Amino acid sequence: MELLIATAVGALTAAGIYMVLRLRTFPVIIGTSLLSYAVNVFLFASGRLALNAPPVLRDGVETYTDPLPQALVLTAIVISFGMTAVVVIIALGSWLSSDDDLVDVPAVSDGDAAEPALPREQRQEAAQ
Amino acid sequence: MSHWIVSPIVLPAMLAAILVLMVRRHLLPQRVLSMAGCVALLGIAIGQFWQAAGGDVTIYQLGHWPAPFGIVLVADRLSTLMVLVTTLLAPLVLLYAIGSGWDTRGRHFHPLFQFQLMGIIGAFLTGDLFNLFVFFEVLLIASYGLMIHAGGAERLRAGTQYVLFNLLGSTLFLFALGTIYAQTGTLNMADLALRVAELDAGANAGIRVAAVLLLMVFAIKAALLPLHFWLPASYALAPAPVAALFAIMTKVGAYGIIRVYTLVFPPELAITQGLFDTWLMPAALLTLALGMIGVLGAVRIERLVAFAVIGSMGLLLASVAVFTPDGIAAALYYAIHSTFATAALFLLVDVIQSRRGETAGRLVRARPFEGAPLVAGMFFVAAIAMTGLPPLSGFVGKLLILDAAFADPLVWWVWAVVLSASLVAVVGFARAGSIVFWKAHQQGPEPEETDPTSAPPVEDETAQNGSDEPAVPRPVLPMVAVGGLVAMLVALTIGAGPVNRALAATAEQLFSPAPYLEEVLATEGKVIKDDAHGDEDHAGDEHADEGEH
Repeated sequence: MELLIATAVGALTAAGIYMVLRLRTFPVIIGTSLLSYAVNVFLFASGRLALNAPPVLRDGVETYTDPLPQALVLTAIVISFGMTAVVVIIALGSWLSSDDDLVDVPAVSDGDAAEPALPREQRQEAAQ
Repeated sequence: MSHWIVSPIVLPAMLAAILVLMVRRHLLPQRVLSMAGCVALLGIAIGQFWQAAGGDVTIYQLGHWPAPFGIVLVADRLSTLMVLVTTLLAPLVLLYAIGSGWDTRGRHFHPLFQFQLMGIIGAFLTGDLFNLFVFFEVLLIASYGLMIHAGGAERLRAGTQYVLFNLLGSTLFLFALGTIYAQTGTLNMADLALRVAELDAGANAGIRVAAVLLLMVFAIKAALLPLHFWLPASYALAPAPVAALFAIMTKVGAYGIIRVYTLVFPPELAITQGLFDTWLMPAALLTLALGMIGVLGAVRIERLVAFAVIGSMGLLLASVAVFTPDGIAAALYYAIHSTFATAALFLLVDVIQSRRGETAGRLVRARPFEGAPLVAGMFFVAAIAMTGLPPLSGFVGKLLILDAAFADPLVWWVWAVVLSASLVAVVGFARAGSIVFWKAHQQGPEPEETDPTSAPPVEDETAQNGSDEPAVPRPVLPMVAVGGLVAMLVALTIGAGPVNRALAATAEQLFSPAPYLEEVLATEGKVIKDDAHGDEDHAGDEHADEGEH
């Protein structure tokens, strides 16, 4: 059980870090999702692994599992879910408003970098 | 138990909901309500600061559950001070956003602004590490919306990067929290302080990993080298009022370091010896050097200010890294100063960008723009403050930090780096100022008119006009907001004595945490009227609890 959980956390984290280091937004978002799965499993294991044990105090039960990490994981899942949705939308907006889906911000020049104050339509026209 | 402590979190949360649900299509009520909320918050913050100034630690148990089982909010000197700084900054930034019409260039500016305030204030007030994570996420998700406010390809790209970097930071935060929980079985800061102190110094691998992971999380927020990469693009490309509000966000990271590494992992703790006390100082000094070199090398004025933020965070953390009451007090003074100085500079940069037309923030010669003398004067004052030249508060702060650094073995490194970085910063700001304001006059007026499309289009007709046409009188509100921030800096300089005494008391309180621990852990929660369990435990508390209602 411990080996399985540890391997899962390790593999998810390794895969997540690899994906996060990619150049384009889609693999990077997949990478952050994998990392959030890894951290959820990790948080779950932080209260020690206890099989078939109740999390609530009850008469006649000797072993319990820690209920707090389960609450923490629930919070973390909700938050990471919401954050992933936000980053997908922002990345989509970034892809639609420029030609590529690279993560990098283009190098700053003192030349004709587009005006940040211009609305998107005008900037798209300028780009075409 | 009074609900006074939680009110600065509840107020913006409710207000944001009202703004987004009831008046989303009406600009004027949004502006009025948002501003009224900020002023009310300021009132609450002043009240709480006053209450905590005597040295009392007041707690609020959410749902009346006692610590460490429930979440507590703790109002001590440090947290109320940070809330006060936030609420002093917020109305001025909001005034600028309204005056310059930034809030009309995209949707939901005001609700997001309120949610951002809620997250920042909550992060300052909470006494629970997991709750700190949640408030970090609240302030981050609001900042994502604010960061891409008004859109634009460049800003969306920078926003993507900002969000991804912070997602990784949040993941790291959760890993740190999981490790801490696995080692100690608690996430309440006061309870942690006791349990970490009891841990066996021999088997310390887990808690050391957790301490370093947590420091990295706060270092990301505070833009400490080598985790600063997200900052220049994000701050430079964020809308100006948002960048000005973000000035307090880097301080949230610094606050986290100060709080956790004086309360939970105090410097004398044997179990974490040789970790942050060895390499926080070099990292901070490198951050300072890098920031000021960035100031010198910037080709756009907004990036210059963003690098100045990194530099100021380096100086602030160098003072924190001394880990003495003097060092923390100096760091707090500098934190207040650099919040206002950064915000003023970001707003001024926006004024310069919009008035220069097509040239915007590029550091090249251009025609002089309308109203330049006033803007130049403000920029001059703010730059003096930022670079730490006398007579303004930056100088006082730097002096305090240099003085406090004598307690550190690296004192001469601190002096050398701080002083040479200051020189570099002065040169950088002088170069920018002279190109933008001074050499403009050598350029002479050109017959060609500025392209009117470069003026920010104002979508709402009722909005105050921020366009570049000379016929329309310029709105005064933006300059009032900037003037207010500069006035804060002046006030901070004039009141340096009393402020410093208050900050010294704050630092004193941080280094003698016994009343904090006592207040958080010994306060009784609600009594559960359940005959099966625990009646004998709570029998004595019942009437004491009744009296509080």
